[in-house]
Amino acid sequence: MLEFDFMQNAFIAGGLVSVLAGVVGFFLVMRGQTFAGHALSHVGFAGATGAALLGLSPMWGLIWVTLLGGVSMGALGERLQGSDIVIGTILSLALGLGMLFLHFFTAYATQATALLFGNVLGVNTDTLWTLAWLGMACLLLLAIMARPLVFASLQPELAEAKGVSLRQVSMLFLAIVALTTAECIQIVGVLLVFTLMVGPAATAQKLTSHLGTGVLLAALLALAEAWLGITLAFYTDWPTSFWITALSSSAYLAVTVLRMQRNRRPLASAV
Amino acid sequence: MSDVSLDIGQGLFIGMLGPNGAGKTTLMRTVLGLIRPAGGSIRVLGEPASRGNAAVGYIPQLRSLAGNMRLRGWDFVASACNGHRWGLPILSRAARQEVYWALDMVGATELARRPLMETSGGERQRLLLAQALLGRPRLLLLDEPLISLDPHHQHGVVTLVKQVQQELGITVIFSAHELNPLLGAIDQVLYLGRGQAALGKVDEVITKPVLSRLYGSNIDVIRMKNRIFVMAGDVEVEKEEHCHHA
Repeated sequence: MLEFDFMQNAFIAGGLVSVLAGVVGFFLVMRGQTFAGHALSHVGFAGATGAALLGLSPMWGLIWVTLLGGVSMGALGERLQGSDIVIGTILSLALGLGMLFLHFFTAYATQATALLFGNVLGVNTDTLWTLAWLGMACLLLLAIMARPLVFASLQPELAEAKGVSLRQVSMLFLAIVALTTAECIQIVGVLLVFTLMVGPAATAQKLTSHLGTGVLLAALLALAEAWLGITLAFYTDWPTSFWITALSSSAYLAVTVLRMQRNRRPLASAV
Repeated sequence: MSDVSLDIGQGLFIGMLGPNGAGKTTLMRTVLGLIRPAGGSIRVLGEPASRGNAAVGYIPQLRSLAGNMRLRGWDFVASACNGHRWGLPILSRAARQEVYWALDMVGATELARRPLMETSGGERQRLLLAQALLGRPRLLLLDEPLISLDPHHQHGVVTLVKQVQQELGITVIFSAHELNPLLGAIDQVLYLGRGQAALGKVDEVITKPVLSRLYGSNIDVIRMKNRIFVMAGDVEVEKEEHCHHA
């Protein structure tokens, strides 16, 4: 299957994005901000359709608008923390705006499905380079801020007392999340970003209690799910996004059941 | 608080008490340099209070998020090691030894291998104490570490803090809702109320005139078998506060 150019591109794009999504997702799950990540992808939908309406590049519209959304969320900081209703309202408004933009620019409507559900088999070489550069920038930024990020996520009050700016950490991290979301949309689409960003990370956190191992495992799981998903899509001719969501949720479900059984056993023997 | 002048001696174990809203947490945040005093000055170990002072250790109230994680205690404690510096959280050999030293000080070396969600409230306080000891502070601030612990674990935490305080010869300010769990461990009590404060030995501060002034109402102090009950009319004030908090 690798004799086809589009399959090569799909594997490279899937690999780049899934590793980034696994690593960033690990911290997103650790901070309890998964819903913010989900909302950012919807904001991106409005960005992409809005840019298309204005005759600009939908991909860059998507990137800039999610980035703006992420940084604003970080700046609002604690006031937005745990405010599911505010985030949910912005999420639906963004999706509604996206619909409106599509209504005015019907020619782009054919692209809407790709935007909502992803189209990894349609990634071209230019997009690949954009994904590679953005991904590297995200990982570099994450490496620079990793220590204060972990500290501020686990012990915010103590971190603040020791001189960490919680707002700065939050803004930088959500900027990374926004860019990662924009990348994920290229693979699995606006509606299924959770599957690459949260699924593997949550599975990894159930498998290990070590921080470093967890990050590595999340990246490997995301990579395995993305590549296996693309492979299955090639042989079955079913959508790639379906296979990735199926693998991601199966892995999480399997690990959860395994955990529950393991936790039950010592109890049963004690009784 | 206003018009309060206090001088806390070094190497003492201070119990900080007072009704909700009296300013216990605010005082701690001021010592940490997170809040600037509205007037006057505050000096910590001879220096003006400033954020990021390595000589001050701090245990905030544990939030539920960290307690529900599968992350092991070791990584949780170690996150505070140079946690304010940029870069990857990879610890140097010296930093790792510092973490092992702190865990050893509180007897949590074994405990730190377990995920946080599988530890009890008392065990988590042990890990938090180890985390606060990183960087070898000379002043330790503990914000309500006894909250939601049963009496047995409360006693364990107080004994452990006392033991660490004496072994390292450091100053401890320990805020609490109830005085009795702290009796026998504290050298002095710092009682806050109505913008005022009283500092001194338990027998000097926990008295009818001093507490009546701090509460602004008539307070009775009843002593019974090494236990002290602070009563406002028929109600035990600390019990009342505790119920409000829960």
